[in-house]
Amino acid sequence: MVLELKKPRPIWQIMFSTHHTDVGLLYTVTGLSFLFMAGVLAMMIRTHLFFPGQNFLISDSVTFNRIFTVHGLTMLFLFALPVANGIGNYLVPIMVRYKDMAYPKLNAIAFWMNPIGGALLWLGFSDTSWVSYAPYSVIRAPGPAADMMIFGLKILGISSILSSINFIVTILKCKHPDLPLRKVPLFAWSMLTVSLMTLVAMPSYAAALIMLLTDRLGVSGFFNPTAGGDPIAYLHLFWFTFHPEVYIFLLPAIGMMYEIIPRFSRKPLYSTGSGVFAFVMLGLIGFASWGHHMYSTGMDFTTKVVFMIGTLAAVPASGMHVFNFLATMWGARIRFAAPMKFAVGGIALFFSAGAGGVLNSAMPLDFISHGTYWVVGHMHLFLTGTIAFGFVGMVYYMFPFITGRMYNEKLANIHFVMMLWGTVQVFFTQHLLGLEGMARRIYDYPPEYASWVQLNQIATVGAWILGGGFVAFLINLLYYSSKGKEANMDDPFGLGGKYYYPHTAKNPHHVGY
Amino acid sequence: MGHDTAEWVFVGIVIAILLYVGVDSWVVQKEVEEVPADAETIKVTGQQWFWSFEHQDGTKEISTLHLKKGHAYNFEIYGKDVMHSFNIPDWVVFEDVVPGHVNHAWFAPDQAGTYPIQCREYCGLLHYNMRGSLIVEDTP
Repeated sequence: MVLELKKPRPIWQIMFSTHHTDVGLLYTVTGLSFLFMAGVLAMMIRTHLFFPGQNFLISDSVTFNRIFTVHGLTMLFLFALPVANGIGNYLVPIMVRYKDMAYPKLNAIAFWMNPIGGALLWLGFSDTSWVSYAPYSVIRAPGPAADMMIFGLKILGISSILSSINFIVTILKCKHPDLPLRKVPLFAWSMLTVSLMTLVAMPSYAAALIMLLTDRLGVSGFFNPTAGGDPIAYLHLFWFTFHPEVYIFLLPAIGMMYEIIPRFSRKPLYSTGSGVFAFVMLGLIGFASWGHHMYSTGMDFTTKVVFMIGTLAAVPASGMHVFNFLATMWGARIRFAAPMKFAVGGIALFFSAGAGGVLNSAMPLDFISHGTYWVVGHMHLFLTGTIAFGFVGMVYYMFPFITGRMYNEKLANIHFVMMLWGTVQVFFTQHLLGLEGMARRIYDYPPEYASWVQLNQIATVGAWILGGGFVAFLINLLYYSSKGKEANMDDPFGLGGKYYYPHTAKNPHHVGY
Repeated sequence: MGHDTAEWVFVGIVIAILLYVGVDSWVVQKEVEEVPADAETIKVTGQQWFWSFEHQDGTKEISTLHLKKGHAYNFEIYGKDVMHSFNIPDWVVFEDVVPGHVNHAWFAPDQAGTYPIQCREYCGLLHYNMRGSLIVEDTP
């Protein structure tokens, strides 16, 4: 029944399997490993910024630049995407009642591109910053680091296109004939939406990467002004992929909250229709706002207004998700086990991140916040506050189903409190740092700016608290997956009622659903 | 309250807030982008990793920019190598330096003092130290 526990298998059987739960497990474990690796880099960055003007911990700016570049790339491409794909692999076939993903071998190939892409990013350790704006990345960034990054991202891009195709075909074509699309659970809807978005968004960046590479080789000059090119072209191609990509990272986390919240509220979801509508709306509107990353590049007034409207238009749909969650929890007998805590914390932080985002999109305010720590705080509130909270909650939720054992609830509680506290302390403080004018991606700052020093130190202490929370998570994952109490597989969280899918995953026909 | 009414009211409130934000920033931005006719042009060049300035009368300065209180200044921003961002945080002067493009930003300081100038777009090794200072003089 439960795969890893009841039938202990040698690890290569899982590694070379094409079954969707095995591939899902590989994705999730890989993603979480990269989360811890990139988390160590983040701790280094924050610890370094504790003391201004002292070369503390990181002794030169090149190393610092490399560290924040690889931190960003890893968190986005090797943590956020793989974990979403992992949970998606695990649950989507079960939710649409099919025996596996549509193309199991393609699925395994898409997964195995991740470690390879990851190895290229980490062995190269590029210093271009994750956006790798031209012409810096063309004329100044040292090779082979930047070239390895380009190849690594290329491979990861192909991987995400392959897995998107797989999800789309699985959901639309392999769905059980008795199951109408509108009855498909919302997590599967979120995977469908982001897969379609990936197919539209990713090619633009894939093209930009090839142009970047040929520019670096000197055979073309797409983005190099001295060869007749235009750096702004790179920015458009880049943000046309990566603004939608924001939603590609975000929506699976929202989908996971749709799994967790009704279950722990012991109440049906307020409205499935509104959830589907909001997913599809975000999927469409996500493509109308990439220009708000470029207000200050010399964009004319009308273009700025158009992109501001496109950006603001995404807010009502995000608000519908929040409303849906709150209305579901309203008057419910909620059981605050770890998954529910993380989901609710994630919603609160999603709301505050979104509110900050509205201010960013307002043109005059963007000129205050853009390129400062405000933006760092804002996008980390989404990535840590919403996406990581949703993912962590879902990992705790899946924990008994995957391992057959229970995590330690007390430790999970410590993890939750430290993670919430830390997230608020680091990233809210970074918003204030931005208002004080501190630019992002700086190795050092003048010690005579007293407010910068204070706020940086507050943020760094917050980061340590956040990091401490993840130590608790690591203990839960490593120790309690093999030594924890055996879980009651019918009702591991004591919610009453019967459980549906995850533990029936090994049953080829998923009749248990 | 009906199942859907509450949600419609909620979405309505959100849209009303967004309309306010959108219209207000349209009005403010329109005003901010109106360059006064008597603004003096200052050429700003950003390169790895310092700022140079050229006044209308041909005077050149490096890293430190001297301006007069009560005058309007229009920056013409040029780039030489990679992208930078010309930023005087205290006066909300902020515009990217894009090689191959000429960008503009203007302001009219009404308070004398010394203000930091910095680069706000990552530009490599010494990005963190690409600083200068703006000195606004009290002389009329």
